[in-house]
Amino acid sequence: MERSEKLRLYREMVLVRRLEEASATLYQQGKIGGFLHLYIGQEAVGSGVVSARRPQDRVITAYRDHGIAIACGMPARIVLAELLGKATGCSKGKGGSMHLADPSLNFWGGHAIVGAHLPLAAGLALADRYQGNESATICLFGDGATNIGYFHEALNLSSVWKLPVLWVCENNKYGMGTAVERASAVSEMRQKAEGYSMPSARADGMDVLAVRQAAETALEQVRSQGPFFLEVATYRFRGHSMGDPERYRAGEEVRRWQEDDPIGRFRQHLLGTRVAAEKDLDALEAEAQAEIGEAVRFAEESPEPAPESLFADVYVEEAG
Amino acid sequence: MPVLTMREAISQALWEEMERDERVFILGEEVGVWGGTYAVTKGFYDHFGPERVRDTPIAEGVIVGAANGAALAGLRPVAELMTINFAFLAMDQIVNHSAKLRSMFGGQFTVPIVIRTVGGGGRQLGATHSQTPDAVFAHFPGLKVVSPGTPADAKGLLKSAIRTDDPVMFIEHATLYQVRGEVPEGEVLEPIGVSKIQRLGRDVTIVTYAKMLQTSLLAAEGLAKEGIEVEIVDLRSLRPLDMGPVVESFKRTNRAVVVEEGWQSYGVGAEVVARLYEQAFDHVDAPIRRVSQKEVPLPYNQTLEQLALPQVEDVMRAVKEVL
Repeated sequence: MERSEKLRLYREMVLVRRLEEASATLYQQGKIGGFLHLYIGQEAVGSGVVSARRPQDRVITAYRDHGIAIACGMPARIVLAELLGKATGCSKGKGGSMHLADPSLNFWGGHAIVGAHLPLAAGLALADRYQGNESATICLFGDGATNIGYFHEALNLSSVWKLPVLWVCENNKYGMGTAVERASAVSEMRQKAEGYSMPSARADGMDVLAVRQAAETALEQVRSQGPFFLEVATYRFRGHSMGDPERYRAGEEVRRWQEDDPIGRFRQHLLGTRVAAEKDLDALEAEAQAEIGEAVRFAEESPEPAPESLFADVYVEEAG
Repeated sequence: MPVLTMREAISQALWEEMERDERVFILGEEVGVWGGTYAVTKGFYDHFGPERVRDTPIAEGVIVGAANGAALAGLRPVAELMTINFAFLAMDQIVNHSAKLRSMFGGQFTVPIVIRTVGGGGRQLGATHSQTPDAVFAHFPGLKVVSPGTPADAKGLLKSAIRTDDPVMFIEHATLYQVRGEVPEGEVLEPIGVSKIQRLGRDVTIVTYAKMLQTSLLAAEGLAKEGIEVEIVDLRSLRPLDMGPVVESFKRTNRAVVVEEGWQSYGVGAEVVARLYEQAFDHVDAPIRRVSQKEVPLPYNQTLEQLALPQVEDVMRAVKEVL
């Protein structure tokens, strides 16, 4: 991988971390409503997987979507404007944290019902095959989604129809507050792909380069042979959402994972392989910090949606 | 003008739209090799091929979900749910996705899907296969809900449903497929969200749709012999609901009966009656009546089933009650 691409990935992961920290603050200040699911700890998954795509490849994910939106190219200020419910947000303030999207970036959302976007991913891939497009659809979801019917219906259909979907399971060990082993009959989510005759692999989600490599290999398979299942082992450092008392896991467990911080690990790698010096990385971090500062200002100063926008976009044409 | 059955009219609409627009394709259970469990898509698989007439696993969630996804990506899927009772298995896709993807993402997405499905009782299929839950679907902003009562409307409304950029639930009635009627050839587009007067009369307004249109027409014939002339307004679309012709007719007759096959509680009749009282209270000469299914899960036994479903005599009695 080119040096510039490595540095771009590093900057992107730091940007996501700063974005999420700023979001947490804005939430605590009461400026963000509803639910807020932070991506802190999982940055290497989104950046690693999405950076492996070609521009024509589609990305779709669940509700922990801020980091995926950034990886797809959405500016941080547009993300934050949506979180603040502003008219300048990607969904004009009607979607909120869980419903970020921009089809022009080939980012198809941000979906809030567990598992429900897996059938959507199958449909996006079906449309590409139908139209003869050389595209793949990357669908990210959590370990919790593998226990719901949608998962099985969508994996089965993708395999029967040989749809170009890369299924990416972000296994962060908990579906909300329920540990994987208390909710799933098998400990590795990729075992579930075997039932649908689908090849699979596992990757270390704390190592962005390993994720990237695994996603590239998987996407080659998807393009030539059909669906592929990639399980990425990761961990969220924060609660399921803001306001999660985290009674279900020990502080010691969280600390252990935090020592394996994907950003810290990548930093050490870049320094150790002499790809970058401390000052290069410090400069990127300062850039990211400044970008988030500007983004928060933009979001806060953006206008509220106009009252008359309430009825906009419910239908394309009311009658007809 | 050619006379077609409802089945032939629906089939013709689908065929013509698939010939016209390559983005239109069908997916669902037994739509292909079998030819459709109600034989609506007979011959389609051989003519259009397996890519455009796609047999799916028995998995309603992914049938509607994949249709939603394909629609997001620019296709115009017609997803067939074998019966509306199975739509409950796809409820999340219909309600949380088809109906919401556009507004929830600020207008960035368009979901031009048609969910063709079959409702209604009267065929001794038991409680889980005989429901008429049309009002449930009409509850949700973002969806359009259409249910035709004549072959001509079935053709014209289905063609419009396929062409509109909004998601449409297109509800056919299981016992109407053999009903015959004149159907214009070729390009007929009946607008969605427009009610239609199907019979003129001066005494009482009947508001109805789908199978109950046919039941009401029979009741009207019986009543005519007794010198009572009813006017029948066919809603055709439950959402958007066009009250224009309903109110206009009611202002002339000052009396109304709403006839629906589904249950009364929270139903189509409840909605229409409430709107009539809101929009035409000064014209009310008698309490408005509702004719509907008895509030029980529909039994298998034929006698009990028919006892639960609204009959011609029930409509005639209700009309006399408001006179």
